[in-house]
Amino acid sequence: MTTATEVRKPVHKSSPGAARHPRRPGRIRRVSLPYLLLLPALVLELLVHLVPMVIGIVMSFKELTQFYIRDWGSAPWSGLDNYSMSVDFNAPVGEALLHSFLVTVGFTLLSVALCWLIGTAAAICMQDTFRGRGLLRALFLVPYALPVYAAVITWVFMFQHDNGLVNHVLHDQLHLTDKPSFWLIGDNSFYALLTVSVWKGWPFAFLIVMAGLQNIPKELYEAAALDGAGMWQQIRRITLPSLRPVNQVLVLVLFLWTFNDFNTPYVLFGRSAPEAADLISVHIYQASFVTWNFGTGSAMSVLLLLFLLVVTGTYLLLTSRGRRAADV
Amino acid sequence: MSSPAASRIPSVSPTAPPRSFLWTRRIFLTLLTGFVLVPVYVMISSSLKPLADVTGKFRWLPRGLTIRPYIDIWSTVPLAKYFANSLIVAGAATVCSVVIAVFAAYAVSRYSFRGKRVFTVTVLSTQMFPGILFLLPLFLLYVNIGNATGIALFGSRGGLILTYLTFSLPFSIWMLIGYFDSVPRDLDEAALVDGCGPLGALFRVVVPAAIPGIVAVAVYAFMTAWGEVLFASVMTNDTTRTLAVGLQGYSTLNDVYWNQIMAASLVVSVPVVAGFLLLQRYLVAGLTAGAVK
Repeated sequence: MTTATEVRKPVHKSSPGAARHPRRPGRIRRVSLPYLLLLPALVLELLVHLVPMVIGIVMSFKELTQFYIRDWGSAPWSGLDNYSMSVDFNAPVGEALLHSFLVTVGFTLLSVALCWLIGTAAAICMQDTFRGRGLLRALFLVPYALPVYAAVITWVFMFQHDNGLVNHVLHDQLHLTDKPSFWLIGDNSFYALLTVSVWKGWPFAFLIVMAGLQNIPKELYEAAALDGAGMWQQIRRITLPSLRPVNQVLVLVLFLWTFNDFNTPYVLFGRSAPEAADLISVHIYQASFVTWNFGTGSAMSVLLLLFLLVVTGTYLLLTSRGRRAADV
Repeated sequence: MSSPAASRIPSVSPTAPPRSFLWTRRIFLTLLTGFVLVPVYVMISSSLKPLADVTGKFRWLPRGLTIRPYIDIWSTVPLAKYFANSLIVAGAATVCSVVIAVFAAYAVSRYSFRGKRVFTVTVLSTQMFPGILFLLPLFLLYVNIGNATGIALFGSRGGLILTYLTFSLPFSIWMLIGYFDSVPRDLDEAALVDGCGPLGALFRVVVPAAIPGIVAVAVYAFMTAWGEVLFASVMTNDTTRTLAVGLQGYSTLNDVYWNQIMAASLVVSVPVVAGFLLLQRYLVAGLTAGAVK
């Protein structure tokens, strides 16, 4: 998120060295006021996110099993043991972590791509007015507005083997399968998770893209139409390029949320997810709370954070450079 | 959907879409509506079915309608208590989060000061922390603060409120910065000239002008707190349990009472969905003016 401020204001970016913000001298009247205003937000973020993160990093270097949980400071240091155990891909713990990581990467890429695609398509479809547009827009936002657990529990019901809707439709009505399938255990669980995740996630993309579309001046389309550009060409040449800055942030946010998602798999599968849908958050949760090995769990979380940092940094670097080049 | 091509022809807009686009749109939106609505339909219809209908093969149409599940949900688990807990936690977290975000966003939007960039980057980067990374440390921290100072954070609503408000804070600040930036500075400078202090300018000029953005942020904060599962499942006890955990009480009963589970899901969804749909215009307007600009 390092370039978040530039992201919002590409205009300033085009003139880097020049006076960034001409400051009127009268505004810096009281130096302490902005800090006072920021203080509550800063203290809370420190207390709830940053301090625990530091504690988590410290914990990852300790042998923190259930014997030390009452007084975790007294747990013996274990150096890099937790890390070497997590990344030893030949041993069961490391192998399971790697598997879970790969599943999460695959799942996240598919889910983000589908959410973005459906959300963008829907937003473009609903760009100009037609009868029932307002109603449809409200409807489309329902999955996003529903509390995660309520929505996912409904899907759990639909995926039931004996009395679920999915098997009823696929097997009884369409005869696509020989016998009713299991959706929440075994290999199918990956698709079940993906379906729920896309169902729940695409309205957010829709919402953001819809907002982004409203910032595209109508004159652009009119000019393009006068030049003889068809609808599809307008979408390709005007709509999608104009959405670039919005998409840059949207895709990153979707990626981080999906990658870290705990609520959906947890409600869908319960404490132990099937192997095919063993997302990393639930995996670490289980490694920590089911086996009571918090040191290893913390090491895994730190590795996850490092991975996300690298991905986010690389992503922002690549997309910002691309945009700067496009601006010139 | 209900947009017959004929109704579009009188429109003289130079950008009238071609037929191929209209048909693609109609098919796509119809399929999408189905995808979105099927679970909603299942939730509503199953909540009105007698038990026999939800334990046997799935039926699109209920054999008989009953409101029995809506009566039973309150006694199967203490749903009213969970409901009250969720309302208190989400409500308080929303109010605190919005107030704090307004202050922070005002500072960033209107002042230049040392460390501004560090602040925005730090706050925003907390968004990418996996919740699982700080779940356990936070739990230990709350327990230790409780032992040291006697302030009960672990297992209390206060601790949950504190946690949840920081979840929505980064996004709220980010969105409000954009929103405040779009409120002309001349307005609050005029207020300053008229003798308002900086806080007077904030509350009399900037906040009223940014109401849609603030409403949007409040909706987001409330939904975040109302729907969170991970921290609620670790940080609450029997008396402070919220709906997110409480609803799982029905699923331990396995597939016996699916109609009650659906009824309870519907009941806990109605307040947020209704609120969201009523205020979604503000959210779109807020996003348009703020975050995505």
